[in-house]
Parts: sequence; structure tokens; C-alpha cells
Amino acid sequence: MRFIETFFNTKVMADYMPDLIHAMGVTLGLAVATIITGILCGAALACLRVAGLKLVNFCIIVFADIMRALPPLVLILILFFGMPSLGLNISGWMVVYIVLSLVLTAFSEEIFWGGLTAIPAGQWEAGRATGLSKAQTLFYIAFPQAARRGIPPLVNRVLATTKLTALGSVIGVKEILSVSSSAQSFSGSATPLTMAAIAYLIIFIPAVIASHKIERRYHFAT
Amino acid sequence: MDTFIQTFFNLDIMSQAFPLLLKGAVMTLKLCAVVIVCGLAGGLMLALAALSPNRALRWSAIAYIDLFRALPPLVLLVFVYSGLPFAGVRLSPFMAVVIAFFLNNSSYFAEVFRAGINAVPKGQTEAARATGLSQAQALTYVVLPQAVRNVLPDLLSNTVEVVKLTSLASVVSLSELLYSANMARSVTYNASPLVLAAGMYLLVLWPLVRVIARYQRGLAVN
Repeated sequence: MRFIETFFNTKVMADYMPDLIHAMGVTLGLAVATIITGILCGAALACLRVAGLKLVNFCIIVFADIMRALPPLVLILILFFGMPSLGLNISGWMVVYIVLSLVLTAFSEEIFWGGLTAIPAGQWEAGRATGLSKAQTLFYIAFPQAARRGIPPLVNRVLATTKLTALGSVIGVKEILSVSSSAQSFSGSATPLTMAAIAYLIIFIPAVIASHKIERRYHFAT
Repeated sequence: MDTFIQTFFNLDIMSQAFPLLLKGAVMTLKLCAVVIVCGLAGGLMLALAALSPNRALRWSAIAYIDLFRALPPLVLLVFVYSGLPFAGVRLSPFMAVVIAFFLNNSSYFAEVFRAGINAVPKGQTEAARATGLSQAQALTYVVLPQAVRNVLPDLLSNTVEVVKLTSLASVVSLSELLYSANMARSVTYNASPLVLAAGMYLLVLWPLVRVIARYQRGLAVN
């Protein structure tokens, strides 16, 4: 009974429900913005790599390696605390959006590029032989196949990256975790944390189940 | 340009902060050792449970895996560290981090092991059993070695993710690498210690990311 009073206190739930729903909106907005930017930029970089410019490719590889090797929280703190010294004041939301987009760009570039290198040379030759230009072959023949191959790992990576929006709580972005932790200290009850967990489950359980389905569906495409 | 170097690459501040960061790095290594070993062991157990013929065991393992894959690790950590004391369970930051990350990592590692075991043909178990090995022996000597080899790149990249994840421990003031760097940052009002920490993470993780990339390329070519 005390357990329910502590973790599922209905009065506290009712008090903080509006704030939490607003925070879910912030988390979702941040997630959607990150996903769109990250996937588009990753696809663009992977296509750019096909052009085979040595210096450009070297830069892309170094960028992708660093973004995959660094903990995102380190980057978030560097940007958040470093930028004001340069006279650039960017909001916490912007910092998290930039960092997570960079991270997703790096991972999705590698996934798309992995897919592109797996396309048999005959596909390129056939495309060129029918009179398509190199760019047309890339956009109409190679990339769609590469993207299809990349869907299962991409879905997993997108989920992992969007879960990182919770890092915004460290620099005061009013997303689910930060709103519920401050509600927890105001109310002196653990209930807001339970609400946060439930809010994340509402968002991510369907996503995890969908990812299983997608993995099964595209399993034979790879 | 000068302010940029003063803000992010101030060598005086870096050398002052270095001993503190080194201490933090030792803590990060300790944390990694515990969390990786526990995650691997727990993940293997969970994967075996998720593939067991016993329906109740199988479904509870799958529910556990999906539940903890849906919750952001930072939310789990905050819940364990600031939520559980309300239920009378007070944990040190180190224990809180180990428990929260165990819940998260074991489900990620379980998914990897499950994919690996699934990819071993059934005939292997049947042949092993036919030569007189027990079920447990067939699993340990025949199935698991092949399963692990199947998913070695995934196990490695998951391990990299775990190392990156330990930076979240700074949120509950465990004095690991990122926490120490951020302390030094707040004392010196300068972001250079954070950049130094980023360098130390890169030193360890970049080679691993390279190895994984090479591995995956090799698989794509075959």
C-alpha cells in the first residue's frame, strides 16, 4: 500500500499531468527533428562518398568515426558550455538537436554506405548501359536498394538516438526526464519518475515492437 | 581564432586538469569492467531464456528485453538513484549505475546473442546430441562458440556503446571521467578539460570503431 502511495500517487499524478504532456511534446519534437535531419544528412554524405573524391571521403570517414566513438553527453557539454565563450548563445534544445543530429548523421551515413558497397557492380553497369548517367544510376538504382538493406540497422539506431533526447535534462531542456525530476523534488514523491517511465514506454514500446516487425520483414532483403 | 583556442584547447588548463581526469578515467575503466561483464553474462542468460521451450520463461524474458530496450538508460539511472530511496532502498552512485546499466545492457546483449544463436543451423544441435553430448554440452561446446562468432562485430559495437554509456554516470555524481572533466570545467570556467576528456574517450574508442568498420566491410564483401 505504501508502495502505491509512493510510486503511483494519484493526486501527484493529476497535479503534474499537464506539465508532463507538454514535456512529451518537447521530447517528440526533438526526436522528429533529429530523425529527419540525421537521416537526410547521412544519406547525402553516403551519396557524396560515391563520387570518390579522396579528400572529401577522408573528411567524411573521420567525421563518422569521431561521432560514433564519442559519448554524446561529452559533445553536449562541450557545445553547451563552450559556445557562450565564443559569443554564441545557443539554447539547450538547439545543442541537443545539433549533437544528436550529428551522431545520427554519422551512423546513418555508415549504414547507407555499407548498403551501397554491397550493391553488385552489375547493377551499376546495367544502369549505365541503359543510358542513365552516374548520378541517375545512383538515385534510381543503387541508393534505393542500399536503403532497403539498411532499414533494420537504421531503425535500431534511430531508436537508440531518440532515447538520448533524455540527455537534454542535463542542460535544462524541458523534456520528459527533466520535467519529472524537478516535479519529483518539488512534490517529494517518486510518482513523477514513474510517470516519466510510463511516458517513455508509451512512446517507445510501439517503436520497439515495430522494429521487430521491420527486422523480420526486411530480413530476406539483406 | 585565438578565443577559440583559448576556449577549447587551453594547454595550461588541460595540464592542470590532467591528474584529475586520469583519476576519473580509472573510475570509468572500473565501471566498464563491471558493467560489461555483468551485461554479457546477463544477456547470455536472457537470450537462452528467450529461446527456451518453456513458454512462461520465454515470454517473461522477451517482455524484460523489450521493456528495458524501450526505456532510455538515463531514465533508468535517475529512477534507480532518486526513485528507489522513496521505497527505502538507498544505493551508492556506483551501485545505482551498475544496476541501471545492467537492466539496459543485458537486454541489448540478449538481442545480439539471440540473433547469433538463431543463426546456428538446427542440425548442429542434432548432430551434437547424436554423438552423445548432453543438451548443456551441445550448447556450450557446439552452439555457443558458433553463435558468438556469428555476432562478434555486433558484440563489439555494443561494448563500445556501453563504454560511451558510462559517461551518464556523471549525472549521479559518480566521479568518472566526464564528471571529473566537468568539475574541472566549472572551476576553471573553461571548456578545455571537456575537450581533453573527449580526447581520452577517442583514444580508446576510435581504434575499436575502426576494427568494427573493417569487420563489417569484410562481411559485406563476402
